[in-house]
Amino acid sequence: MTTTTPKTGTSGSTPAPADQVTFTIDDVEVAVPKGTLVIRAAEQIGIQIPRFCDHPLLAPVGACRQCLVEVAAPDREGNVRPMPKPQASCTLEATPGMVVKTQRSSAVADKAQHGVLELLLINHPLDCPTCDKGGECPLQNQAMSNGRGTSRFHDVKRTFPKPIAISTQILLDRDRCVLCQRCTRFSEEIAGDPFIDLQQRGVKQQIGIFDPGVLGFAGSEPAEVYRGVQPDGTPISAATGLPSTDPADPAGPAGMATVDTSGRPFASYFSGNTVQICPVGALTSAAYRFRSRPFDLVSTPGIAEHDSNGAAIRVDHRRGVVLRRLAGDDPAVNEEWISDKDRFGFPWQGLADRLTAPMVREPGADGTRGELRPASWAEAFEAAAEGLAAARAAGGVGVLPGGRLTMEDAYAYGKFARVALGTNDVDHRARPASAEEEAFLGHHVAGSRMSVTFADLEHAPTVLLVAFEAEDEGGITFLRLRKGVQGGRTKVFSVAPFASRGLERLDGTLVQAVPGTEPEVLDAVGTSSESSVSAVAEALGPEAVILVGERLATVPGGLSAVLRLAERTGARLAWIPRRAGERGGVELGTLPTLLPGGRPVADPQARVDVGAAWDVERLPAEPGRDAEQILAAARSGELGGLVVGGLDPADLPDPAGARAALEAVGFLVSLEVRASAVTELADVVLPVAPPVEKAGTFLNWEGRPRPFPQALTSTSMADHRVLDALADAMDVQLGLATTTEVHAEIDQLGGWDGGRVAAPAAAAVEPPALGAGQAVLATWHLLLDAGRCQEGEAFLAGTSQRPVARVSATHADRLGIASGQGITVRTPRGQVTLPVAVTPMADGVVWLPTNSVGSAVRRTLGVDAGAVVEVAAASTVTTATTAADDGGTL
Amino acid sequence: MGSTLSPVLSHHWDAEKSWTLATYEADGGYQGLRKALEMDPADIVTAVKDSGLRGRGGAGFPTGLKWSFLPAPDGGPRYLVVNADESEPGTCKDTPLMMASPQMLIEGVAITSRAIGCDHAFIYVRGEILHVYRRLLRAVEEAYEKGYLGKNILGSGYDLDVTVHAGAGAYICGEETALLDSLEGRRGQPRLKPPFPAVAGLYARPTVVNNVESIASVPAIITGGVDWFRSMGTEKSAGFGLFSLSGHVQRPGQYEAPLGITLRELLEMAGGVREGHELKFWTPGGSSTPLFTAEHLDVPLDYESVGAAGSMLGTRALQIFDDTTCVVRAITRWAEFYAHESCGKCTPCREGTYWLKQVLGRIEHGQGTMEDLDTLLDVCDNILGRSFCALGDGATSTITSGIALFREEFEAHVTGGGCPLDPAASALFEYTPRRSDVRALSGTAAGTVGA
Repeated sequence: MTTTTPKTGTSGSTPAPADQVTFTIDDVEVAVPKGTLVIRAAEQIGIQIPRFCDHPLLAPVGACRQCLVEVAAPDREGNVRPMPKPQASCTLEATPGMVVKTQRSSAVADKAQHGVLELLLINHPLDCPTCDKGGECPLQNQAMSNGRGTSRFHDVKRTFPKPIAISTQILLDRDRCVLCQRCTRFSEEIAGDPFIDLQQRGVKQQIGIFDPGVLGFAGSEPAEVYRGVQPDGTPISAATGLPSTDPADPAGPAGMATVDTSGRPFASYFSGNTVQICPVGALTSAAYRFRSRPFDLVSTPGIAEHDSNGAAIRVDHRRGVVLRRLAGDDPAVNEEWISDKDRFGFPWQGLADRLTAPMVREPGADGTRGELRPASWAEAFEAAAEGLAAARAAGGVGVLPGGRLTMEDAYAYGKFARVALGTNDVDHRARPASAEEEAFLGHHVAGSRMSVTFADLEHAPTVLLVAFEAEDEGGITFLRLRKGVQGGRTKVFSVAPFASRGLERLDGTLVQAVPGTEPEVLDAVGTSSESSVSAVAEALGPEAVILVGERLATVPGGLSAVLRLAERTGARLAWIPRRAGERGGVELGTLPTLLPGGRPVADPQARVDVGAAWDVERLPAEPGRDAEQILAAARSGELGGLVVGGLDPADLPDPAGARAALEAVGFLVSLEVRASAVTELADVVLPVAPPVEKAGTFLNWEGRPRPFPQALTSTSMADHRVLDALADAMDVQLGLATTTEVHAEIDQLGGWDGGRVAAPAAAAVEPPALGAGQAVLATWHLLLDAGRCQEGEAFLAGTSQRPVARVSATHADRLGIASGQGITVRTPRGQVTLPVAVTPMADGVVWLPTNSVGSAVRRTLGVDAGAVVEVAAASTVTTATTAADDGGTL
Repeated sequence: MGSTLSPVLSHHWDAEKSWTLATYEADGGYQGLRKALEMDPADIVTAVKDSGLRGRGGAGFPTGLKWSFLPAPDGGPRYLVVNADESEPGTCKDTPLMMASPQMLIEGVAITSRAIGCDHAFIYVRGEILHVYRRLLRAVEEAYEKGYLGKNILGSGYDLDVTVHAGAGAYICGEETALLDSLEGRRGQPRLKPPFPAVAGLYARPTVVNNVESIASVPAIITGGVDWFRSMGTEKSAGFGLFSLSGHVQRPGQYEAPLGITLRELLEMAGGVREGHELKFWTPGGSSTPLFTAEHLDVPLDYESVGAAGSMLGTRALQIFDDTTCVVRAITRWAEFYAHESCGKCTPCREGTYWLKQVLGRIEHGQGTMEDLDTLLDVCDNILGRSFCALGDGATSTITSGIALFREEFEAHVTGGGCPLDPAASALFEYTPRRSDVRALSGTAAGTVGA
């Protein structure tokens, strides 16, 4: 036992719990949980020890030696003995009775830190005035706080040609690098994309990709230096590094990229994080390089709008222009990581096709529909109100809000539909959906917020993924799962047609299912002794989590089977949609059968409840149409009008049919950020604000509200405010003009403890029989694809996966093609031709990316996963081409 | 006492084809293994512990104690890794040992493996010494053929496989955790400790890493007994060791003697320093140990005495330099070695050795300043004890001790605008000046990699 000084206060001091360690830092007594590193403990009492390699979310490495402190610790007899050398506080766990002296109280520690900093600087270029990191650089800051005023180094600095491009987005200035290995450790420990590693040794040691030029292999070309890009994103210099030429693995980044340490071309979805955690300016992004000085930027916290994770971000802007986005620090959600899509995919909010003024359609003198012309808000509201009133009389108006809404906007759409339009014809699902899914959402998802959280993912012993590609469709959800896997806590299973690279990096086990047979596989878990599912059955228990993706909606009986499985095993079940607004829509009532709070439309008490809050006599009782039915009714003339929010017809299961509906419908009001396929057909276009120009709250897949403030000053209005004004023009008072009003109303409405929608019990359908030359289509979205919200960022697009089709080896043999050769997938609607990547998967299945360049499955083929398609070797093909014969331009 | 040689490891180096198994057996080889196979493994550990054998790779950690740190067997594999990555300038004991008597090492490996419950041992050989690598491969092959390795060794039921692995030429891989990373196929850089190799070493399993000479000493301890072993050397530095004399000495080579012998005694046997010259300075344990001078001729070469005299016994690599040698030049060459071999993991060693090399290069060529000497000492102070592993510390030893002992010679380089000594005079062979310019001052062409 160590002796405690009698001086310690008697009042209020509680003895440390058993797993606490008490020791002193600079004579301050501190109690921390066992296993805490000294550098973390020092932070807790406000002592900042300088550091470079240390990062709280990465394993300690002790490489930079900047955080040296003087340490004494009790020996076996309890005598406190000084350690002979200063210790790296980032690798040293606190032990009871330890005495730590930092630079504040120890001359030795102070000199050690000054010494290390001087050494770090001898080879560091003095280019702070042109370096992107200047002004927010830990090296710069610590050179000021712990460095010498002048350099004693009069010799020759080591230099490198600079910068080299690791991908189209990530650039590396090797001379600035202090070799802290944060980037390589992030890539290996967190993302599992070890695309860069240390190479060479001593002072020549450098971070790098596998580049024969850098490594000095005989006969290799010297490493190419990045020389910038043309405005359209094409590089100015020749190729950098090695584009993938391996025909055996045509999958890889679309732009130029180099081969990572595993020999695969670097295409990490998380590479931008390395730029942010680089403690110097060695890693920069092509998009932000030389664009701004950090001290000229205004930072506003935000929430990423690209997926349903609700990742915290920081929006950095200058004079009304967003220049970059960084990951925010939210330990409960995204920790300190975001995907590259969240980081770099922001230019869409300020592209030239942004709508700035309302537009109304001026009918042609010759009786044609005429052209859209700018109008005042008053005129536009009047026109819309009149048109909607007429359309309501002519059969009703359907509302398609789209899946990207904030809670406030979703609430407004739901209320607008029910109160102003008197209909339940509202559905935010701009994707293949089903009545079964609607029942599933009403039964299981709505009103069950925070039943599964991010933290649960990393602590659950088992996570079963169903129709959910954790990396491509989950973004940082993948990182959290991987954290659990890396920590040895979590085992991942995935019901999917093949093991994706994401699943491999989760050390996951594939439970193979041909699209359409998921219900059969799920029902076999725990009821069949078949080896493929018995491991899952054993692993699924009350602690386990089942994650189901939005794609399962397209499989009849799929969600019903998942519910049965969860009930059978006791496992918790969470639904992870792709879009940011999906969960909010479910919760706030933009489904035809659901009112806010998961109140079933069919429940009279629920209608009374909501009607009272909304101060309306009665709410429409008849169940509404879902999105497909709304469009069909619009097409047939049953519905007189449509109100459409942020929605791309190309995302709908039948883009051509949707377009026909938009063309045919009597009156079309569009609330959009940018000119789109909907606005060009609309009768009245009401511009709304993108997330960066409004305040709001996304509800992430956990059901966690993710509020964000308005980053840019703007005259654009949020959807709820536009809808409020539109209703006003229709003589309906929604009372939703401000977020405060919306929040007050939602709070007043409160939760719902009445009955839920009944669980779905849809039957599975027999998989179709395959004829000769036919296959079952499997498809999902890649994280980086041809989505409209990724437009305007060529560097990001260059890091997306190159689109490939996947078939099994047997299948490829039968077709007489090898990896890299073309394969054509055909339906009566159209055909897609891509290079093939032979993949271990079931025979008779072909996989395509849903919406990548050259592979717009819904638009071109008009089908979705589970459909039977014709497959053949491409007659003449080397590169990806699309034969789009849907007649539309989108 | 102690003035006589004690050839144990080198006992049959002069035999015809000393490296063959037949020669080794004729000299009593593999008696130790036969005996050890009848002993309880714990007794082997106890015997080595009691013998007082200390690691011969430089640090001098008690070998038996190291073995006893392994956690209790849990049914999983445990490994013995022999560190044969002998790379320290001046150190040349393991290489001749493995050339002349590889079977002795293999017998030691077999006994040690049996003692620690290992059934797969690795010998990590420095890749540059290809001849040794081939000889080891053949020796292992011979041992398998005769049943000293493989399944059911000598009918005892004990199985052992031995893998000889050639390194790729990195001094850092002599550091035990870097060696393990390299052996696993990773980049050879030292690992964070804890966990120590005894707990999580090769493939994260309990592992003993020992030097060639330590392991080769084990058979003799088993056959000769603890008391015989302890009869040699000193109380705390028991036994015998190979002393490698090189440089300005009449008969350079390996002299196997009890620990505690002095350089004066060794020099007598080696015929003294070069004819007509005086001893100027020497390293007791290779280039990582502080320099000694003629004053230290009578320091007993055991761990404690050398430590008390301000240096380290290290690998007993006695590099002898006579009065024709420029100490600045010698130290600069060593500094260049460390700058070349720094693995790059930690800042002090990576950047510090690069800096030291350049400053020393300038001083050597008469382009230094008096201020540089203080800078050198301060940079050394900023490396020593601050680097990740001991390599950084070793890089500073000769510089700090060299300036302490020969400051006036350094100053003479500065004030005299160059070296006061004739490099050719110190050469043992015809001397051709390596270069006339100072690269450190001319610099590297802009845009080139490295310096």
